[in-house]
Amino acid sequence: MSTANGHGASVSVQACGKTFADGTRALESATLDIARGETLVLLGPSGCGKTTMLRIIAGLELPDEGGTVLFDGKDVTSEPIEQRNVGMVFQSYALFPNMSVADNIGYGLKVRGVPRQERAARIAELVALTNIAGLENRRIDQLSGGQRQRVALARAVAIRPRILLLDEPLTALDAALRDRLRGELNRLLRALGITTIYVTHDQAEAMELGDRIVVMRKGTIAQIGTPREIYFTPRNRFVAEFIGAANIIESPVEDGHLVLSGGRQPLRSGINLAVAVAMIRPETIQVVEAGRAPLSGTIDSVSFVGDRQRLVISGTSRKPLTVDAPNAVQVRPGEEVGLLVAPESVRLLPLED
Amino acid sequence: MSQKSFVWSCLLPLVMVTAAFFLLPMVRLVVTGAEGPQGFAAYLAILIEPRYRATLINTVLLAAATTGVTLIVATIAGMFLQRHRFPGRAVLIAMLTFPLAFPGVVVGFMIILLAGRQGLIGDLSSRVFGEKLVFAYSIYGLFLGYLYFSIPRVILTIMAAVQKLDTGLEEAARSLGAGPWAVQRDVVLPALAPAFVASGAIAFATAMGAFGTAFTLATNIDVLPMLIYTEFTLAANFATAAALSVGLGLITWLILALARSFSGSAVAAAG
Repeated sequence: MSTANGHGASVSVQACGKTFADGTRALESATLDIARGETLVLLGPSGCGKTTMLRIIAGLELPDEGGTVLFDGKDVTSEPIEQRNVGMVFQSYALFPNMSVADNIGYGLKVRGVPRQERAARIAELVALTNIAGLENRRIDQLSGGQRQRVALARAVAIRPRILLLDEPLTALDAALRDRLRGELNRLLRALGITTIYVTHDQAEAMELGDRIVVMRKGTIAQIGTPREIYFTPRNRFVAEFIGAANIIESPVEDGHLVLSGGRQPLRSGINLAVAVAMIRPETIQVVEAGRAPLSGTIDSVSFVGDRQRLVISGTSRKPLTVDAPNAVQVRPGEEVGLLVAPESVRLLPLED
Repeated sequence: MSQKSFVWSCLLPLVMVTAAFFLLPMVRLVVTGAEGPQGFAAYLAILIEPRYRATLINTVLLAAATTGVTLIVATIAGMFLQRHRFPGRAVLIAMLTFPLAFPGVVVGFMIILLAGRQGLIGDLSSRVFGEKLVFAYSIYGLFLGYLYFSIPRVILTIMAAVQKLDTGLEEAARSLGAGPWAVQRDVVLPALAPAFVASGAIAFATAMGAFGTAFTLATNIDVLPMLIYTEFTLAANFATAAALSVGLGLITWLILALARSFSGSAVAAAG
């Protein structure tokens, strides 16, 4: 299915900050460009400013003086949301309880004065697209959480918006349903190909759905990048720890080696540092026989999770290391092991915080 | 004593109170209504006798108008008070609830001070237009008094309902292109419907049966409570007074039941 206006609009957020009436600074001045048809995920813990950013783009909040929002290069900062032609899905879904499913989906078209027949055709199209056939005449309180989520999405897409905005659309669902709907949502967004801005605090969602991810923290942008960039080359400790699991090691560096209590781990370059912060992802550490690797340690615990096993290893660095080992490796707590880490898997992070 | 008989004996006080204060007086009232020269036809007379019928229609119209205007004023005011923060807001809300403390007599007195022969409105109008505007002693004065009485109650209910409104609903409607009026019509008012019915019912019942205000303003206003009073005390017409009382109760109850069943479907539709 294609939208009437191609694949939505490009969005440019320029120097947008937000200070609320009570003086709370929700968003520091931020600049962000979103390409036409791109899915951008705003990711961060609660209170990081991601929802404020979304609401500024939506037109529900006005940015502080000096900030502008452009759609396809046109300044829309002063336009309220009802004039911006954006589709929005709310965390609570905000479905109208006094209307049926079909009336909810068709509401935006009705407000626009679309004739009844045309409206019905569009509703049928969306009902099929979001897989909710048979529910058209139901009341909202007769729907399950997953069904509500689909209706909310159908309603937002029905108006052929220039931009689709989703505010934690899966958070209200239970874990199993969330996983399933995430895949479904991903396919749908790819099929629509419309510019999408997606807010979440769930990094798995961000990884799966985002063309690019904006990691936010305390009202500022910590890093913008593709899921791979964010995962493999985090720019700071916050991003490293927020996305996936990470061992963060503080130690001196001598001749390109981290100096640890369990041995010397080679780095990519032969630098010397009094103190360094290094990140090693758990899955990049290979468990080998003791003495056959530069690092060694003692297995503290083994938790078997099915597709892999998570080991906690002490004696290697100051804090215990987390290691993800293949599920076939035979290891026991108390065992002495060697740890092999490729030099390129160790990433040095800036010292701040 | 077995468990069962213990539970039943606990119900005894309730049965006694119900019988003494509810059933017996009601039965007596109904019987008295039928004890006049016309017998049970006295009940029919409420609807057939032109004077009674006019009074009945008057009363229902007055109560309906009071309810309608109260809802309109209180909704707009309640919405504003709940959604906006300004200096003096808490004081204003506290003052709005002040009329709740007044009995009907005092409200009637205040209406006379406002729109009576020596009233403020009369003074002003005689100065500006050269003619004294006096309406305290008519059904309009009563209408004003009931408004004064009902608005605070309804405002408080509406404010509570507005507070519980999901602002996401309004934002969702706006995101779909709905302007301010459409948002009110399609989202806010339907969501407030249960509060309208609940608080409207109280306003309506009060306006149907309130006596103190009417009595203070004048004895010749054609509303049911006044008619009952005159039939009972002045004409010593016990049967008619009783029949009118039962009629007043039944009609009020019927209209409230209708409103509730209507809102029942509205509430169900509103989730």
